Amino acid sequence: MCGIAGLIHRGKSSNVGSELQGMLQALKHRGEDSTGYALYGDTDGKNFIMRFKVGENVGEGSSSVMEDVAVYDERKKIVDQTLAEMGAKIVKEERTLPYSLRYEIDFETKDLLDFSQRIESIPGVEILSMGKSLEVIKDLGNAKMVCDRYSLDKLVGTHAIGHARMATESGVDIKSAHPFWGYPFSDVSVVHNGQLTNYWNNRRVLENKGMRFMSECDSELIAVYIAQKMREGASLEEGMKDSLSGLDGVFTYFVATKDSLGMAKDTMAAKPLVLYESDDLVAMGSEEIAIRSVLPHEIDTYDPFDGEVKVWQI
Amino acid sequence: MANIKTIDKKSKAQSMGMHTEVLTGRTQQKFFNPDEAENFYYFGTYDVDFNKRTDLDVMNMSAPEANKEIDNLMSQGYGTIVIKNPQGKHSLGVGILNKLNLIFEGSLGYFGMGSCDGPIVRINGRVGWSCAENLMAGKVVIEKNAGSCFGAAIRGGDLICKGSVGARTGIDMKGGTIIIGGDAGAFTGFMMQRGRIIILGDVGINLGDSMYDGTIFVGGEIGSYGSDAVDAELTLSDQDWLRRKLKVAEIGEDFDVSKMKKIVAGKKLWNYDNLEPTEKKGAI
Repeated sequence: MCGIAGLIHRGKSSNVGSELQGMLQALKHRGEDSTGYALYGDTDGKNFIMRFKVGENVGEGSSSVMEDVAVYDERKKIVDQTLAEMGAKIVKEERTLPYSLRYEIDFETKDLLDFSQRIESIPGVEILSMGKSLEVIKDLGNAKMVCDRYSLDKLVGTHAIGHARMATESGVDIKSAHPFWGYPFSDVSVVHNGQLTNYWNNRRVLENKGMRFMSECDSELIAVYIAQKMREGASLEEGMKDSLSGLDGVFTYFVATKDSLGMAKDTMAAKPLVLYESDDLVAMGSEEIAIRSVLPHEIDTYDPFDGEVKVWQI
Repeated sequence: MANIKTIDKKSKAQSMGMHTEVLTGRTQQKFFNPDEAENFYYFGTYDVDFNKRTDLDVMNMSAPEANKEIDNLMSQGYGTIVIKNPQGKHSLGVGILNKLNLIFEGSLGYFGMGSCDGPIVRINGRVGWSCAENLMAGKVVIEKNAGSCFGAAIRGGDLICKGSVGARTGIDMKGGTIIIGGDAGAFTGFMMQRGRIIILGDVGINLGDSMYDGTIFVGGEIGSYGSDAVDAELTLSDQDWLRRKLKVAEIGEDFDVSKMKKIVAGKKLWNYDNLEPTEKKGAI
């Protein structure tokens, strides 16, 4: 079933890590195989933040194969070497878990495609997110478990999207968890609730155009599809509107960039979404109880109609 | 419509052996006498006093706990119950088969007021998907917006949303009336079999798709018609009924019903030519 939630503060920052945790925890009955956060934190914008993994969580319920921690260490060493070869300087390094790392990198580039391809050419390494503000954190378990594991409740920023996953069409692992980074675009992330039925056709077309897929999760297609549209010159909103006819199936999805948040709903309106919109805050989720976790007082909400696309700026 | 009993010639399907039962028209008999409705009580329901009123704060209750407490209050004779802090919880107020005046001070989540028969309900907020699904009788009024599948499969009663509703409103409805003050989404009246839907605003694509019977009235623009949905003449009788219904519903009382569009099923199916049992009474 899966649940999605997102919020954007306009004109101010807030504790988006804690707020999104509350929203996603309210949706945990929609799936707690894995939970993911795409948080847009307040930064000075100088360095890239790279969240990446060198292995999988092989805990209870995982469909991944157990690996020795020494393998993770070796992969990390190769990542460090590759970064040095590319002239990227690691300013700050955090290793929250043996398989999950966060680097702040001093690196000048406008095209992350070559950078990402080189990092991900290292077997077992996947970039979860790359950007000046975006940080994608995803792991097995419900929202609170993931939030506690990565200490996300203190993160201050302007906007965030997240996903509570019930695995249906691909494995219970981090690589299939949402959000997906809009590779190779800095600060683009996607979460999705639904099923896409023309996944393989679209995937083949996009792979022929040089785009990469890290999982077999149909939702990843949306991130890659939008990223490709933007690569061809479309705006975020144009790419999302195009997706209504380009993607077949049932879906409600969110896309976030460094300074905006968007939603799209398929033409059959088969997947739920409740939306609250005011001058200083937009909050939305698969169910109203998600919004209630940040706005417990009486509010006006509505369901966007079929084929609707909306984009908000910070 | 042909009387099934008088058909001498077997249909093609029957001659192929697909139907072995000889239809006798029993399915068109009336098993429900509207004259007896007012005295009808379900087993285990309560004799409540509308003047006996109480508040129930459900902030820290789960939906089953809240619903059990509503039942408990009815057993004590409370006929007016005000629910405080519903907080968008799912499945509140379900399965009430009793006369009751129920007021929600806030919004409900999914499946609110599902499978009810008899209560008069006012929700001073919004409702999520599938509000009042399978409603048999009574009246449910929503002051704000509603999600998709609003009034799915209702059999009777009045379901009123003063705001806008999502997709598939009145899907599979088999009776009753749904009134929408704002706009309605795609597939409104999808596979509806009886009953009436009134939409004062615009409606999305595929209106009345695959409808068997029933009537849809639209005041605004129609995105597109679904399969089997066709325009019909808006009669003076329709207009009179619309005015009375909107007045009773406290919604769109001054709305110019003469300009509304009437949409019905383009196909005529053998078991869908009867008035609602309660409407028979009115017609007489």
